[in-house]
Amino acid sequence: MRKEFSQNLGFFGLFLCMAATILTLGAIVYFIAARGLGVLSWGFLTQAPRSAMTAGGIAPVIVGTLYITLGAIIFALPLGLACAIYLCEYSPKGIVVNILRISINNLAGVPSVVFGLFGLAVFVKFFGFGVSILSGSLTLGILALPMIISSAQEALIAVPQSIREASLSLGASKWETIKNIVLPTALPGILTGVILSIGRVAGETAPILFTAAAFYTRGYPKSIFSEVMALPYHIYALMTEGAHPDKQRAIAYGCSLVLLFLVLFISGFAIFLRQRQRSLHG
Amino acid sequence: MDNQVKMRAQNVDFFYGKTQALKNVSLDIYANKVTAMIGPSGCGKSTFIRLFNRMNELVPHTALRGKIFLDDLEINGPLVDAVDIRRRVGMVFQKPNPFPKSIFDNISYGLKVNGIKDKAFIEQKVEESLKKAAIWGEVKDRLGDSALKLSGGQQQRLCIARCLAVETEVILFDEPCASLDPISTTKIEELILELKKDYSIIIVTHNMQQAARVSDYTGFFLLGEMVEFGKTQDIFTKPQDPKTEAYITGRFG
Repeated sequence: MRKEFSQNLGFFGLFLCMAATILTLGAIVYFIAARGLGVLSWGFLTQAPRSAMTAGGIAPVIVGTLYITLGAIIFALPLGLACAIYLCEYSPKGIVVNILRISINNLAGVPSVVFGLFGLAVFVKFFGFGVSILSGSLTLGILALPMIISSAQEALIAVPQSIREASLSLGASKWETIKNIVLPTALPGILTGVILSIGRVAGETAPILFTAAAFYTRGYPKSIFSEVMALPYHIYALMTEGAHPDKQRAIAYGCSLVLLFLVLFISGFAIFLRQRQRSLHG
Repeated sequence: MDNQVKMRAQNVDFFYGKTQALKNVSLDIYANKVTAMIGPSGCGKSTFIRLFNRMNELVPHTALRGKIFLDDLEINGPLVDAVDIRRRVGMVFQKPNPFPKSIFDNISYGLKVNGIKDKAFIEQKVEESLKKAAIWGEVKDRLGDSALKLSGGQQQRLCIARCLAVETEVILFDEPCASLDPISTTKIEELILELKKDYSIIIVTHNMQQAARVSDYTGFFLLGEMVEFGKTQDIFTKPQDPKTEAYITGRFG
């Protein structure tokens, strides 16, 4: 009886912690929604900003965010996947690989503003891409790399040795085995990494501060060398600059809400893809 | 009767790092016969069978001494590609290991990686292989389903079919029934007896009754050495070595 009581007490404690976490998430969504829903309308999503950013919509800002996020993933996914495949499947096991792994993990710990400065020095200045979608995407891509590499590595390691052996025993080469058996099996896990990094990349402010973002641009970006407005930076700008703080604050909350939904939508889509892949494979 | 030698192991030593797993093993595998390897766990029989399709070279820090022949070809020769050997010497593993793909794709995979693109030929080959592996009747209406939905016994027969599709000449069975129930085991054994008409078969088994039921020749392994090799009937009725006798009468193992 006493054992059961203390056990239940323990479980209740665990439940409370879980509830606190969910409540925090709920509170964030609630406060953002309560302040942001007021400005949300079809026009807000489809029009460009007007009257010194106190009216109109944020369409170019959403588009800008999509561009740099997409750009970052297009850059980081193949590179990260290739790294993970090399580390898991080809590199000789030993001290060198361990050092590489530790370096990649350390890359994940670098503060995002440092990536921003690096992007400014290398992509904006050295390569001369200027403050542009390209520079921002590359900078964000580097930020996403460690996440993509480590989740892809985990997914690759989780593919059972037995089906690799089966493939090799049928006369498939190592690369054929990786391409046809290992990668498709690891795909759901790899997608998880992509989901996480998309969420992170879309919401990052510091890396695009010096590399891609502009306070205001007229219309939509013309090419990958254009400056863009992007949601996270736009929120920051609305709260710190400009002449009409009150009107701007409401729009900032609207932007936050849109950013929240955008990330949820992208993640939801990737989860859908992953589930579909899983049901095909099992 | 004159038996043709299909594969031959000649003075084979094998090492995992510094540990010697096989000591001077020599053995002939006859065409269209079933050769069983028996012995207690850790005796080297699985290591030995994996030399015949060069699977052991996937394990780091291993070394092989001695020669292994497939017909007249030395399979570890300098100009021989492991991929070519594995195409001719197929393997069925201890645990069924179908790919997480459809039943059809599991069988067609081997054909595709071997460069066959003709769709009609692939379809015909898939059907033929599934029939030979005695599983066609159970799966013919659901070739598009995931192979992982099949039972363990069905999965193992699918793995056999997968191996047959690439027109292998030798099939290595590494304890193929270790994870199967008795009925599935019977089916696999019947299949092995059927397959020896067209293939040379090597089977590693823990189960002495199984060796007695399916094999023509038996080799008894102990601590990395092949203690005795001969016709299965002789090994089980009049073993020459007292260690073999002790093992088959169940005094250790």
